Amino acid sequence: MPLETAPAAGTAAVISRTEARQRASRNRKLSVYAARAAVLVGFLGLWEACARGGVIDPFNFSQPSKIWDQIWQWTTHGTAQGSLGEQIGYTLYEALAGWVVGVIGGVLLGITLGRIRFLADVFGPYIKVLNAIPRIVLAPIFLIWFGLGPASKVASAVVLVFFPVFFNAFQGAREVDRNLVSNARILGASNRKVTLQVVIPAATTWIFTSLHVSFGFALIGAIVGEYIGATKGLGLLVAAAQGTFNAAGVYAAMTILAVVALLTEGLLTFAEKKLFRWKPADAGDGR
Amino acid sequence: MSERSEAGGVRTAPAIELIGATKRFRTPSGALHTAVRDLDLTVAQGEFVAVVGPTGCGKSTTLTLVSGLEEPTEGDVRVYGEPVRGIGAEVGFVFQQDAVFPWRTVLSNVMAGPRFRGVPAAEARERARDWLGRVGLAAFEDRYPHQLSGGMRKRVALAQTFVNDPTILLMDEPFSALDVQTRALMSDQLLELWAGTSSSRNAASVVFVTHDLDEAIALADRVVVMTAGPATVKEIFTVDLPRPRTVEAVRLEPRFVELYREIWASLGEEVRITRERGAGRAA
Repeated sequence: MPLETAPAAGTAAVISRTEARQRASRNRKLSVYAARAAVLVGFLGLWEACARGGVIDPFNFSQPSKIWDQIWQWTTHGTAQGSLGEQIGYTLYEALAGWVVGVIGGVLLGITLGRIRFLADVFGPYIKVLNAIPRIVLAPIFLIWFGLGPASKVASAVVLVFFPVFFNAFQGAREVDRNLVSNARILGASNRKVTLQVVIPAATTWIFTSLHVSFGFALIGAIVGEYIGATKGLGLLVAAAQGTFNAAGVYAAMTILAVVALLTEGLLTFAEKKLFRWKPADAGDGR
Repeated sequence: MSERSEAGGVRTAPAIELIGATKRFRTPSGALHTAVRDLDLTVAQGEFVAVVGPTGCGKSTTLTLVSGLEEPTEGDVRVYGEPVRGIGAEVGFVFQQDAVFPWRTVLSNVMAGPRFRGVPAAEARERARDWLGRVGLAAFEDRYPHQLSGGMRKRVALAQTFVNDPTILLMDEPFSALDVQTRALMSDQLLELWAGTSSSRNAASVVFVTHDLDEAIALADRVVVMTAGPATVKEIFTVDLPRPRTVEAVRLEPRFVELYREIWASLGEEVRITRERGAGRAA
């Protein structure tokens, strides 16, 4: 009798233990989310209370309820420059176009210079000099060159995006495991095939880390460009709100920007997961 | 100079010849480092030669010279009587570290060689599947390398190399990263695959670099002992143990122990020299 019941009781105990563990991890996740929400609510509540209580001046610092009203008004009645969706669309279009051009240019040039030592030695110092220029000061020049339309914003996004992508692609192409290259050559790969099928896949990890950062840069480029001079876009909203001393408008535009940036970031992470199925999950950010 | 008989395709020249080969590298600090000095070695067709020597003496450099990955600074390297220029199609190389492509699946990794050489995809896939079956990985063709154990990855590397039908097989401490049991299994598998090539048109000639004397004697027809770096041939021992061999069984034969003692007497001296140099440098 005891011999039969003992293992049965054992498995039951094991099952309840795994269940307990699952429940514990679920609870932990829930409590993390709850705490996050509490931090947000607490911050906004404190801000609102301070503004209403007169601790901070709502004219300068605005308050969450006014910001929300502003967003709501923009959504329902549109902005002075047209509908809110149109402004977001313009900014996203400029950022995305600048990002794509900058990424393609950066990757192509980075891989080329990473593979061809002679070119790297020739162009290395020039690229360092260009990189040393604070590129955001180029935005006014682009405005003069390309006018008030999207082209000048795309250009400033491109110069911001190009360099981090270029340096990462260059580094990635340089630091490909020499064993992999030797192996490919022994197996019969030509120089071109080594570049296309070994160097580029090996460098994608490096390139992708720069894509995350550089999309943020593309948005900055587009916004700064619009802020300096434009006919449409979120940056223009900020500039217009600032011009009318509408602090709530500035914050509202910032909030919208943050949401847009977070959404695109999420899309990138999703694409990355699809592309890097070959990588061990736990080494994701370690290597 | 070519001794290759054009008509019958029968190769009369030795598979590999190193004649007075010397290789010097420029180190990052600018100094010249001689890795291999005045090396003479001949490997006959279908012969299995193991190369042992102290660590860092230049054994691997010897292999890169034969493969065509590097050129000798002085001297001649010939494969089938012809000087090595670039990487030959008959060469296979198994590396010490993992060199399978981590972003390709197991099947795609094994297909890589034939695809690089312009074989149509369908035929390459068929050949790759055949070799995966021979190394016992048929069920794992969709996996990525990181999902496999070290021993399985090594088998992928073997299949990847053998699928190109190399007749010159260069192996650079291929099993050194594996645990002892896996290593014995892999050695047996290698002997089997190698025996398989001898039945076909051209038997593969193997140069197997190792620091493990047990492995060297168990596998090879001849064991070459290298001097402390710069490497050159010190002594060559013929292993007269009968084939087919299995690693675990051959180790227990009295002749094996005898050979081990003889070769170790020669190798141990070089290891001591290397160690003393290292100690001298550290002091």
